[in-house]
Amino acid sequence: MSFLQISNPAMARRLFLGGSGLSLSGAAVALLAGKHALAAASPAGSTANDVQIINTALGAELEAIAAYQLGAQSQLLQKPVLELALGFQGHHKEHAQTLAKVVEQLGGKPVTAKPAYNFPVDQLKTQADVLRFAARLEQGAVSAYLGAVPLFADRALAKAAASILGDEAMHWAILRQALGEVPVPSAFMS
Amino acid sequence: MWARASGRLWCQVLIAGLAAAASITAVAGPGQQAPDVLRGEQLYGRCMGCHAPAYDSVGPRHCGLFGRRAGSLPGYAFSAAMKAQPWVWNAATLDRFLAAPLAAVPGTSMTYDGIADARERRDLIAYLRALDASPQCRAASPAKHQE
Repeated sequence: MSFLQISNPAMARRLFLGGSGLSLSGAAVALLAGKHALAAASPAGSTANDVQIINTALGAELEAIAAYQLGAQSQLLQKPVLELALGFQGHHKEHAQTLAKVVEQLGGKPVTAKPAYNFPVDQLKTQADVLRFAARLEQGAVSAYLGAVPLFADRALAKAAASILGDEAMHWAILRQALGEVPVPSAFMS
Repeated sequence: MWARASGRLWCQVLIAGLAAAASITAVAGPGQQAPDVLRGEQLYGRCMGCHAPAYDSVGPRHCGLFGRRAGSLPGYAFSAAMKAQPWVWNAATLDRFLAAPLAAVPGTSMTYDGIADARERRDLIAYLRALDASPQCRAASPAKHQE
């Protein structure tokens, strides 16, 4: 049975991930394996630039993880939305783990999470406030990855960044939908 | 989303933007449309993965940006390249930087391709300039705004 024919999204996802071998961790492993060979052939300057780009992205991912943690602990999110937020946080954790490993593979030092983030906690009073806050971060993440993709010296890394961009865009669309906004506001992202 | 900000905030930002429009005209150039602060606010959504107006994020905060020396905001860990920049942020330096950050300041941590459209840059810069009059920036730096 195709996962596309299953109406239950969770079951469909399990079948897709289990049956196809295209899990996120599998993609990450492939990325890391490819990077190791490519890094050796790249000029030092371009590798250093790629490390800088990935570290900036990693910093944003770590902040997103912290932001979703704040939302999850705020007691403002009702159960279906809370599960959604924790799911998105899980994606960001996977992104961060993969990016950190790539930085190490390239000989760099991955940035780490800040001891504390100065989120505007006083402005988060309702579930919608939390969702709007998360949506802003996701929209910005899409734009950040979009702005990073053309900068990579290594096209494999550009492809990996584009893969993450797609995930962030889905987060943004679903958060907009949850807020009652048009989920996909335009044909192009910028 | 910013599009749902309070009406008071919008008005204050808009008024500040209009007040600043005359000084931005030099950057807009003769015959060009005046910058659109509200469109700049929408464009600012692109920045919010790494920046916030009133607090440091992956990138530094933007309240108080105009007139600040590049790489000088206390408490934020700028790249060596940015700290070495002699620039003071104004419409002209921001326009140059936002067009192609890595070309303008090689080694900057702002690993972003840039905003190629000059009109978009003008609108975004107009918003950044107007931001200082917003309640969130005033709350973040009350002493400065009481002067």
